This record gives sequence, structure tokens and C-alpha cells, in this order.
Amino acid sequence: MTPKDHRNLERAMPWIVIIGSILLWQAAVRLFSIQEFILPAPTDVYAALIKYHEPIFASAWFTLVNTMIGFGIGIVVGVLLGIVIGSSRLAYAGLYPVLVGINSIPKAAIVPILVLWMGIGQPPAITTAFLLSFFPIAVNVATGLATTEPELEDVLRSLGATRLDILWKVGIPRSLPYFFASLKVSITLAFVGAVISETLASNDGIGYLMVQAASQFRTPLMFAGVTVIAAMGIATYVVFALIERRFTGWATRRQDVPVAGGG
Amino acid sequence: MPSLPLTVENAAAVERAAAAPFVEIDNVDLRYSEHADTHALTALQMSVAKGEFAAVVGPSGCGKSSLMKLVTGLLPPTSGTLSVAGKKVMGPLKIVGMAFQNSTLLPWRNILENTMLPLEIVQPHRAQLRSKRKEYEAIARGLLESVGLAGFEKRQPWMLSGGMQQRANLCRSLVHSPELLMLDEPFGALDAFTREELWAVLQDLWMQRRFTCILVTHDLREAAYLADVVYVMSARPGRVIATHRIDLPRPRTVASTFEPAFVDMVHRIRDQIAQARTPRKPSVGSEQGVA
Repeated sequence: MTPKDHRNLERAMPWIVIIGSILLWQAAVRLFSIQEFILPAPTDVYAALIKYHEPIFASAWFTLVNTMIGFGIGIVVGVLLGIVIGSSRLAYAGLYPVLVGINSIPKAAIVPILVLWMGIGQPPAITTAFLLSFFPIAVNVATGLATTEPELEDVLRSLGATRLDILWKVGIPRSLPYFFASLKVSITLAFVGAVISETLASNDGIGYLMVQAASQFRTPLMFAGVTVIAAMGIATYVVFALIERRFTGWATRRQDVPVAGGG
Repeated sequence: MPSLPLTVENAAAVERAAAAPFVEIDNVDLRYSEHADTHALTALQMSVAKGEFAAVVGPSGCGKSSLMKLVTGLLPPTSGTLSVAGKKVMGPLKIVGMAFQNSTLLPWRNILENTMLPLEIVQPHRAQLRSKRKEYEAIARGLLESVGLAGFEKRQPWMLSGGMQQRANLCRSLVHSPELLMLDEPFGALDAFTREELWAVLQDLWMQRRFTCILVTHDLREAAYLADVVYVMSARPGRVIATHRIDLPRPRTVASTFEPAFVDMVHRIRDQIAQARTPRKPSVGSEQGVA
């Protein structure tokens, strides 16, 4: 196999795996004649997706909006918290244990409380999406700030730089790769949060659609819902991965650039 | 004649100013805590004249890096006084150039932008940077050219070898024309040949600009090649156990490091450090010179 073939194969691998597992799934369902309400074949899922595309996409849009609003709030809060924690030892000591505690609570357990305060539907979905997504952002931004080389800080301080100068010129640019890496993690968590809340307390959204479908044993529809959530998750991940590459190319050194030698 | 005594007085003032050391460290102690192990420096006595190149050598862990932080005001001394340019050091000085073993160039900036970083912080450059961008860029480019980095201005730091990164680091520490340059093992991570090349680069820069320079190093040849005066420090807690004047003519070359007078000097410093490493008390305060 030439290196070019190998590269092409590498690029094709995700598709080979996805298509292969769908074929395997289809074959297994047909071969063992599994009933549709237990495990529908991919063709049944596809049929449901076409048949119910209107309610599915309306629900998906609702979920996407909730996710994005919650995620947006998560970015703002996460970045601010991260800056505070990452640049002050006192804030770190005080806030970090609390954040870890909040993060370790299963968010499904919080939703009933949120419903008590906010009612059902959009508000608890947005809040749950936010609660799940801000933590990785805060931790990563803080880590990025904390990894500023002490020597560089000395260099800048001996030039008369204020803490704000150092944060602005060094800390924030340095934490950008960490920030973008955390966005990819957080956006998928935000989806999880929104869907959890919708399954528990909503009359709209993919989560609600799935609960409804389940109560009527419409398994192909449930799988169609899962497929749409997965597709949205992958799509948003790709968007943030592209943004990451655009803004922090310096952190992922490309191998094809000539490296200058000499003393 | 009323003008005559005035002139004499002026002359005396000028002479006094010239004789007054630029960096004066008087009986300085530095402890990081009450614990005996954290006693970094004791009874430290050092004075560096304006435009002088001083090197500080000593066994590892003798508090050389603490000295850097003291002189730049990043750490306050536990006792004793420290003054730079006739003023007592109370907090971080605002005009010092610094360079460390690790080049600490910012990976998201190209070499030119990295070099110009101090201009974005130090006044009055900071306020004028926007309006005089072209002039400042010319200064930075000139500096980069003088260390052999012409043509690399738009490269990212990681595209450059360690030696080139360290050249850029030197430019960054000098771009705002500091009166005092502090170097902490700047060439420590480089191979021997690159290191010798950079000695010449640094010497050239110093001979052109005559800033006051304090170089902390463990390389005795480097110290003797570059410095006018070499301070030898004892093991922790560090203090100055010997001062050597290096009166070799400049510009010095790698060839001059093989001359007998130079080799002799390096050997003597080496012996003193070897003594300082052993627990027994070393001889104190010997003042020596070499022709």
C-alpha cells in the first residue's frame, strides 16, 4: 500500500466503520427476526425519519435553540470563572471545591428543583444545558492561565507590566487552545443537559418526543430522535473544531512547514 | 569668579556619579521562610558600575536566580539594602531587560511581534507605539538584523532552532534600550558551538550599547569571556567569596579563551567553586586580577 493509499484509507475509516455497523445492524435484525418494537432495523428508522420529519425537525430545532442558549451562558460564565480561578490563588482555593461539588451532582437530580422554580419547558432545559457546559470551560481556561511560564511573568513584571497587562498579553492568548478544546466537550454536554431536562419536564423538544414515542412503543421514531441528536452533536462539534483550528493554529504545529535550522 | 567653584563642584558631582555603582547590593540577606534550608543569600555584597558587565558564578543552588529576582525588585530582601541607579529598590523595576534559559517567546506571535512585546508595556513607548509603529518596527528589525535574524521576522518561534530563539529572546530584552540587562543562564540549554556564537553576539551588542549587564551562569568560560568582573558565590546560603577582574582586551574571541591567562583565570575560579561546594569554610573575600 502506498502512503497515499494509506492516507485515503485513513480518511475513509470513519465512514467504513459507520456504514459497516449499520449494515451489521440491518443484517442482525433480519437474520434473528428481531421485533420492530425491540430493535428496529436501520431501514425502519430511516422510514420513521422520513415519515415524521416535520415533528422531528421542529423538536430538534427547539432542542438546538435551548442547547445553544444554555451553552452561550455557559461560555460567558465559564470564561469569567476560569479567569478568576486561574489568576487568583485565593479564588482558586475558595471556588474550586465548590465547583467540583456542583459538577459531580447528577444533573437529572437537579431538574425537578429547576422545574419547581421555573416551571417546565424551555427555562429548565436552558439551565440544565448551562449547568453541564460551564464547568469544563472554567477548568480549562483556569488551566491555561495557570500554565503561564513564571519566567515570562518575571520578564513582564520587570518591565512594569500590571496583572491586567500580563493577563491580556499572555494569559488569555495562552488559554485560548484550552478554551477551544473545552468548547468541543461542552457543546456535547449542553445537548445532554437540554435533552435530559426535556425528557423530564417539557412538552416540546427531542427529549419529549422520545418519551412520547416510548410510551406508545414507537421504537423506530425513538431511534430516529436519537439519530437526529447524534447528528446535531457531531455537527456542532465539527463547527467548534473548525473554529479552534482557525484561532489557535499556533498550538497545533503543522508538520509540513519548513523548519529553519542554524544557530 | 562665581562660575569657577560651580564648575569644580559640577566636575566633582560628575565624578561622584561615575564612581557611584549602578547596582549596589549592601549586606543583603534573603530567606524564603524561617526554615534554615530556605536561607538563599546571606551578607551579599556586590556593586556593579554603570556600563559594566558583571557575571555571577557559583555551585548549583547558590541562590543565583534569587539574586536576579532581588535586583529586579521582584523579591524584597529579608534584610540589607539594594539600590539601582541610585534609588533604593522598593518594587519591581520598570525598565529592566531580562532573559532566561528558556526563551519564553510567545508561540502565537511571530519573531518581530515577540521582539516588540516590551514596547507594548514600557512607557513612554507604550503610548507612542500606535503613532510611531514604523519607527519602532525599524528599531526591532535593526536589532534582529544585528543578531543575524534578518529575514526571520515573520517566522513563528517554533520554526526557529533553539539558538535562534535565544537570539530573538536577547532582542526582546533589549528592544526598549534598558539601562540594566539581567541574564539568567541565557545560553544554558544550547550546544557548545551555538553558545560560543552567541557569546560573540552578546558581546557585540554590549560593546555597541554599553548597558549595565548582570549575567548569572554556571559556565566559567562564558563568565570569563563576557564579563569585566566575575563574582564567585558560595554554596547555599549564597554570598560572594571572591571577585575577579577580567582585564582581557575586547572584543574577545573564542581563540582568546584558549590563551594561558584566560585558562589560568578559569582554573582559579573553578578551584574556588570546588572549595565552595565542600562543607568546609572557604577563604573569604580574595581580590584578584589578571592582565
